[in-house]
Amino acid sequence: MIQNLADGILVGSVLSLGAIGLTMVMHMLRFANFSHAELLSIGAYSALVFDAVYSAIFPFMAAKIGPLSMTWALALSMVFAIAITACSALLIDKLVFRRVRELGSELSMVFAAFGVALIIRNVIGLFFGLGTHLYSKDIVFAVVVSRDPLLLIKPDQVFTLVAALAIMIVLHFVLSRTTLGYALRAVAENPDLAQVNGIRLSHMIALVWLVGGALAAIAGVFYGLTNQISPIIGRDLVLPIFAATIVGGIGSIYGAVAGGFIVGIAANVSLIVLPSGYIPSVPFIIILVVLLIRPNGLFGEARA
Amino acid sequence: MSEIALQAEGIVAGYVPDLTILRDVDITVKRGSITVVIGPNGAGKSTLIKAIAGLVPKSAGRIVHEGLDISDIRPDQLAVSGITYVPQMDNIFRTLTVRQNLDLSLRGLKSGGYSRRDELCTLFPALAEKQNEKAGGLSGGQRQFLAIAMALAVSPKLILMDEPSAGLSPKAAQDVLERLRRLVEDGVTILLVEQNVKQALRLADHCYILAEGRNQIDGPAADLLADPVVGEIYLGAKRMRAE
Repeated sequence: MIQNLADGILVGSVLSLGAIGLTMVMHMLRFANFSHAELLSIGAYSALVFDAVYSAIFPFMAAKIGPLSMTWALALSMVFAIAITACSALLIDKLVFRRVRELGSELSMVFAAFGVALIIRNVIGLFFGLGTHLYSKDIVFAVVVSRDPLLLIKPDQVFTLVAALAIMIVLHFVLSRTTLGYALRAVAENPDLAQVNGIRLSHMIALVWLVGGALAAIAGVFYGLTNQISPIIGRDLVLPIFAATIVGGIGSIYGAVAGGFIVGIAANVSLIVLPSGYIPSVPFIIILVVLLIRPNGLFGEARA
Repeated sequence: MSEIALQAEGIVAGYVPDLTILRDVDITVKRGSITVVIGPNGAGKSTLIKAIAGLVPKSAGRIVHEGLDISDIRPDQLAVSGITYVPQMDNIFRTLTVRQNLDLSLRGLKSGGYSRRDELCTLFPALAEKQNEKAGGLSGGQRQFLAIAMALAVSPKLILMDEPSAGLSPKAAQDVLERLRRLVEDGVTILLVEQNVKQALRLADHCYILAEGRNQIDGPAADLLADPVVGEIYLGAKRMRAE
């Protein structure tokens, strides 16, 4: 039970990072972006490429950082992966979503998102193959935190949790203490009112894509640190990330964080009573239960 | 300097391309005055003010503010150019605190934001006490004062207001409308849309009556208030006489 709870918290931190970006985009642009999880794939694969390049050019960067499986090359690669994924998110909006937004309905946006997701997934498969990749082929042993009850945790997992929490704290600071954060929240709540208060909507939309893409890249790399990287990361994570967003309440950053942890913990704790094959159904069940009790999610508010 | 603050000519506008709501509407607002737009439901009053604010697309017409053509200006640029808009409903950010709402409106100022916030709180003492509370928890009157304070943050020349008394108690509505008169005395020009016709006409200097998206009548507010035909059609004359 304790082990499942710990695993759930660790998975939850990755889901939260993905859900924060998704909730911001869904709230501001009012469409279900089913391609958001593919940004995690872009981030994970970008880091894979840069990691290989840096390790080849600068062999000393292939050294591991302390007890982690992460190398200095991968750490540097993350910066580039963040930049590439953030720019990709912005580019996808400019090429696809903005055009559909100006011409079509919200439903058209959803279909466009499905199309974008399929394109990204298959392009990645085309270039990198359908097999799995790893950032590090070395075996990293879990540390025995407790023997009774048994609790094993890998240093990488602790790192991803601490880093994810640190990012969330920074994001919280920006949103609650800076006028840029107020502006982002204002646009999410009431775009028209935000505009007449001097906030340029197009800049805020671009910022949301950049932030969402950057967080997705970090989530993708963190996922890759503790799992295998494959072109179907997006397909596997889209539902848990959506569940986290809906459970937390669309538009609520803090809700997305809570939702990520709830979905991660619930899915892992369910392993105690459910066969692993049924675990993908857990996010569905959570969505249903939360929506029946609180239709706007745990932290969401009704909106026009 | 011209005494005209805003001139809108031949405005044709609607929310969607095939559905025109405003059909060739003209309006002129004199500097340092309150101009009110009244009319039955569906007349296009709110659409007119939103079209001026840049929130509803215009298919024809020209809007000039202080000699500058603002017909195609973005809503966020409008605030910078000295025109602020206070919507009827949802005119504050409910999830932000009162202070955050004010800071957001003050962000355009290059300096003096904090002292300006203090000035606004002095102007609206009810807000000063609730600076750290979520704006969504304010009463109707306090929300309206916050919305006006936000509009005043950048020291605008012209404020566009959509039914500032809507949903307020008679006392709160009276307070808000009286506050508008004081703003005009301080040099601000106001264009407002009102359903509360009698109060609006008593407050305003000039009035436009719209119906079915077109100009019907306009003139000094006091004259229209006394006009028996206008009273009969738009103001419920019998009820007025009884009062």
